[in-house]
Amino acid sequence: MLAELLLHPVLVLLVLTNLKLLGSSQPGSCIRATRWQGCLLGLLPFLAHSEDLTWRLAAAGLGTLALKGFVLPSLLSRALRDADTTREVETPAGYIWPLLAAMGAWGLAFWLGEQLPLAHAPSNLLVPAAFFAILSGLFLIAGQKPAVSQVLGFLVLENGVFTFGIGAVPETPVVVELGVLLDLFVAVLVMGIARFHIHGESGRREPDPWPGLKD
Amino acid sequence: MLLALLLIPFLTGLAALVVRPPGLRRALLPAAAAAHSAVCAAAWFHPPAPAGHGWLALDAPGQLFLSLSSGLFLAAACYAVGYLRRETQAATPPEDGLGFEPVPEAIFIGSLLWLLAAMTLVAVSQHFGLLWAAIGATSLAGAPLICFRGCRRSWEATWKYLLVCAVGIALALLGNFFLAVASAGAGAPARSLLLPELLAGAAGLNPVWLKAAFLLLLVGYGARMGLAPMHTWLPDACSEAPSVIFALLSGAVLNGAFLGILRIQQVCGAAGLGGFGRELLVLFGLLSIVVAAICIPGQADYKRLLAYSSVEHMGILALGVGLGGGAGYGAFLHTVSHSLAKAMLFLVAGHILFLCQTQLAAQVRGVRRLDPVAGWLWIAGFFAITGSPPFGLFVSELVILQAAIAQHRWVVVGVYLGGLALIFRGMAGVMLNMAQGEPDPRHARKDRTACLLANAPPLVLGALVLVLGLYLPPGLKEVIREAARLLGGT
Repeated sequence: MLAELLLHPVLVLLVLTNLKLLGSSQPGSCIRATRWQGCLLGLLPFLAHSEDLTWRLAAAGLGTLALKGFVLPSLLSRALRDADTTREVETPAGYIWPLLAAMGAWGLAFWLGEQLPLAHAPSNLLVPAAFFAILSGLFLIAGQKPAVSQVLGFLVLENGVFTFGIGAVPETPVVVELGVLLDLFVAVLVMGIARFHIHGESGRREPDPWPGLKD
Repeated sequence: MLLALLLIPFLTGLAALVVRPPGLRRALLPAAAAAHSAVCAAAWFHPPAPAGHGWLALDAPGQLFLSLSSGLFLAAACYAVGYLRRETQAATPPEDGLGFEPVPEAIFIGSLLWLLAAMTLVAVSQHFGLLWAAIGATSLAGAPLICFRGCRRSWEATWKYLLVCAVGIALALLGNFFLAVASAGAGAPARSLLLPELLAGAAGLNPVWLKAAFLLLLVGYGARMGLAPMHTWLPDACSEAPSVIFALLSGAVLNGAFLGILRIQQVCGAAGLGGFGRELLVLFGLLSIVVAAICIPGQADYKRLLAYSSVEHMGILALGVGLGGGAGYGAFLHTVSHSLAKAMLFLVAGHILFLCQTQLAAQVRGVRRLDPVAGWLWIAGFFAITGSPPFGLFVSELVILQAAIAQHRWVVVGVYLGGLALIFRGMAGVMLNMAQGEPDPRHARKDRTACLLANAPPLVLGALVLVLGLYLPPGLKEVIREAARLLGGT
């Protein structure tokens, strides 16, 4: 009963962390938001399936808490320090547009939630919250050039997918656990920032004569 | 047998990390490729039994894609031995001085072999979750291969590749979740995501969730496959990756993502929603052809030109499956011909780059004089890839056109023919000029040993594309027909 009562506020907090991410220009602050988001996601299996909690779901929750709440944000923080890109991020989309986009995304998320009714959903906010995270992630990836924002965007997108999976299809074997592969992508992208100082400013490039070209 | 197909490249990939002598390590590539191809060939005569509680099985589409992957890998492995030897001899420090380093050869060879393992898993997966993981694994295994040269541009191209593929893979996972919801029905527990079980219970699938699942899987795997407008990683990655890698990526890995789309289309067809999926495939197919027709003319980099050609051909595959009927048969035939022709062209492009030291088409002249075999292969490859007779792609493109005309889809016919004509003109302007004329002595270099090693694999691939246009072996024809039948075609 308590778990059901807590589920709703947790989902609201998830939405708020996404708003924070969309509105913030400080990488450190954004990473803290994803850290909170990871911790909240770790609670989801315990709150959404408190009555039929299995060892598998509990392990998924604890693993998520550790991975998304601590490991990945810490890696990202370290990568930023190493790459010396902790300064404020310039957002090509400005500061007003992301928030307006967030409002639009929230409306779209609710509309999608209505179009895709989920029988026996643990909360009626689950599907909109998941879609909102996915749309926010896509906006962060598409709207902001710096590599760190793109990784954060992908992390948020992934969190949205996980929110849906753990809430809607917890009983389907293996599939939710496979989501770990997405964390592997995040880890590789973080490694790209850390080791090679990629700033994500590569657009479509025209070829040029390249003396060192090998094949 | 299925486990052997998976374990051969996987374990050899591990061995590549520990074997020290470069010669022996390089020899692992053709050795593993030959063993894999031998087991794969045996599977044509003795169909392997399903394994892993039905999660692994080889049906007609899987057999087709597996054989292509295995055959192309064998050709690429033979080419790669010479390529790696050349690279070591011509090793130069990173040109940008920013701390970028080439990927170690051991990781390159290991990743290449794991790519084959992942491609094999894609072909034999009968579970949507496993298929998803396998397609994700091909993306991860491909990353060190694309940035092998270790300069800033190749790392940035790899970044773009990883990011676009990761987003696609994430959306495809959501599609799998939607499929699980669709299979649950009202209040019932979720069924497994095994393809045979989904097909058997297709009538009970929730249509709304199934449509949403199809859309997400199409977009997600479409990004990996290079369908427009999710194709943006393809030209950048292609221009920066070694050609031997793109021969594999373009000829085999893109097909794996296409197989993912075919699987969900199979489920949609069984659930009575085949028309929904087919219309979307036609739309994305035509869009890809149009994007390629716009981008190919005036393309200055010949490797990027080939990448856009891949976008075009992925569009033709989607269009063929989307039209259904006889076009489904044409699409599978096109898969085979395109894979062989594109792999051949990428291998020749790599050799031209070695000879001329530039990717700019305008600076490449007289390839026929520099290396007559490569020059003629390049010309033949141009005619093959643009669907000219007597090559295999001519037959498959004609079959798809016939189906569109039979269905009175005149807009489709117009866009298809118009796109193909523009692409032919655009590619002719670049590729034929490269083959003819006098070579620029400032760039050109001659190396007869390198020519011999580099020309043999594309020569074999080119011969196969030619044979496919003239004669289709009955066994192959039967498998293509069976694959098309599974998708509701003829």
